[in-house]
Amino acid sequence: VRIALFITCFNDTLFPSTGRAVVELLERLGHEVVFPEEQTCCGQMHFNTGYGDEATALVRRFVRVFAGEELIVCPSGSCAGMVRDAYPRVAEQAGDEALAAEVRALGPRVFELSELLIDRLGVEDVGAYFPHRVTYHPTCHSLRLLRLGDKPLRLLRAVRGLELVELAEPQECCGFGGTFAVKNADVSTAMLTDKVRHVLDTRAEVCAAVDTSCLMHIGGGLERLRAGTRTLHLAEILASTA
Amino acid sequence: VSRTERIGFPAAAREALADTQLRRNLGNATRTIRAKRAAVVEEVDDWEALRDAGEAIKRRSLRHLPEYLEQLEASVTAAGGVVHWARDGAEATAIVAEVCRAHGSEEVIKVKSLATDEIALNEGLAAQGIAAIETDLAELIVQLGDDEQSHILVPAIHRNRAEIRALFARELGGGDELSDDPAALTEIARRHLREKFLTVPVGVSGANFCVAETGTVCVVESEGNGRMCTTLPRVLVTVAGIEKLLPAWRDLEVFLALLPRSSTGERMNPYTTLFTGVADGDGPEEFHLVLLDNGRTDVLADAFARQTLNCIRCSACLNVCPVYERTGGHAYESVYPGPIGAILTPLLEGIEAAPTLPYASSLCGACYEVCPVKIDIPSVLVHLRGEVVRRKRAHRLDPEVASMKAAAFAFSTRGRYERAQRLARAGRGLTRSPVLPPPLSGWTASRAMPEIPGESFREWWRGR
Repeated sequence: VRIALFITCFNDTLFPSTGRAVVELLERLGHEVVFPEEQTCCGQMHFNTGYGDEATALVRRFVRVFAGEELIVCPSGSCAGMVRDAYPRVAEQAGDEALAAEVRALGPRVFELSELLIDRLGVEDVGAYFPHRVTYHPTCHSLRLLRLGDKPLRLLRAVRGLELVELAEPQECCGFGGTFAVKNADVSTAMLTDKVRHVLDTRAEVCAAVDTSCLMHIGGGLERLRAGTRTLHLAEILASTA
Repeated sequence: VSRTERIGFPAAAREALADTQLRRNLGNATRTIRAKRAAVVEEVDDWEALRDAGEAIKRRSLRHLPEYLEQLEASVTAAGGVVHWARDGAEATAIVAEVCRAHGSEEVIKVKSLATDEIALNEGLAAQGIAAIETDLAELIVQLGDDEQSHILVPAIHRNRAEIRALFARELGGGDELSDDPAALTEIARRHLREKFLTVPVGVSGANFCVAETGTVCVVESEGNGRMCTTLPRVLVTVAGIEKLLPAWRDLEVFLALLPRSSTGERMNPYTTLFTGVADGDGPEEFHLVLLDNGRTDVLADAFARQTLNCIRCSACLNVCPVYERTGGHAYESVYPGPIGAILTPLLEGIEAAPTLPYASSLCGACYEVCPVKIDIPSVLVHLRGEVVRRKRAHRLDPEVASMKAAAFAFSTRGRYERAQRLARAGRGLTRSPVLPPPLSGWTASRAMPEIPGESFREWWRGR
């Protein structure tokens, strides 16, 4: 299947290894990956911080860049959630009927990686090998906007050599929240402390998730503590082989 | 309460986070109530249908509010009550004070009511020589301690029993021998309150629901003090926000199922009091209903934020909120704390009165998931952030506006975006510092900032 990669500006710039892993994984499974190079940002940061006008311009750009693609994968729960959940509201607020129609047509074609694998491509065992102790943090938008449920866990359980340990109070926000992490740094840190405590309680070597933004926050805290646990995007675990 | 000296959420939260006793009390209390709610919601097969029904009824009553309010006025009047309309807190307070004066009373006994807290009725009455006595145990604790509420349902959630024992020993004459056993604490409060129930001639209540069809007011509570306040005094005054209206009697069926499970985690609350006007030889001889606007019609005019008026003050959103759990209610600097407070306070008082509250959330969405009337709190927060930004744009030098505009410019074409990526990498390479300058210093205070890799994804893609 031809799959267009929506990498997200965040992964493109800060976590390119996540994007490389998605490409390697999908190609290994026999699919064709294309990367529309005109893509920049989905507008989530602007939209969620209250900059609706700027977000609207980015929504228009995104719709134009991906208009011709039938199947789009995004290795980020919150950016996929932005396109599916918030784009219709952006179009409505802009009072643009044509944009609203385009957004309605586009949304169902955008898949977060684990959705793509399980719902669309019908694979749970991607043939990965990852001999490490791993815990999984379900990020808020992947959980509550995309309703991924146990899809990432099913993919992780099928990975050879991987020991999956359950995280306590998994559904509680890690405290990232985009600009919240800076605007309310103290509260964000208090939330992070509890998330880090639960991660460390698992004695896992790796904390995995489907959002590198939340992982940058959790991982940034773990690194400050020299905790001996690292963070990794789900795609990088699924891409690794013996 | 419109606090004139608000310091803003980030600063207020910073103080609260340092209070270890508060952190422990709140953690325990919210964890307990979260588990109770989850258990009693789980057992209702059609919970989602109930939420849909609750939302639909509220939406309909708000859409036709003027007609329903007139119907309510007619029903209450027909049942022998008197309806008053109050534009704001000052008008409502004047109405209550006038009723007290007409009956020569210098005291009122009160059922826990957020609407009266919102308008600072107690302080307003005190200024006119009338003492308002709170009869809900937690409200009594707050009142005796000259404290402020920190939770919609459990106003003294920030206090533990040792603190309450000390307060009652001092204020209710419990003395040093008073035990911190909850039964003993309740007993001394009960003795203090019983005397007031039997002697004060004017009761003041809020309303959970006002039924337009019948003119009935519904008050739900747990302690029985509400039943006493609404039945024992000669005169009863109910202060209700205009959004408390339900069109029909049978609508109560939905809300009396949604509210207790969402708020206290009970299948049914211990006391549900329904009263309709006055009846000979039964209850108060005089009944006044004060319908309070105080900013509500402005909220109604905002087509997107209007859903905020669906709120039935259950406080489920507070109990699941990871921000509230850590900061407690005082950090919100309003009688309405937590996620609902973060939208309701700026909506009722105007965004300039509380511009930091819409940002007091990580947008995790836990509040929306539990809301029994399906208020999309995260989306309303984002909507209000838009209002804050619109005001900021008027100041050309605002650094946030400038950087957001710069980012939008960088994202506007592929060429600009790729240049910005290279610039960011070069800039980060120059400092290599583990701390970033403000405003990003808030990030590096507790979190490492990753290096920017030497090759972006797109550079890798092009080179493969």
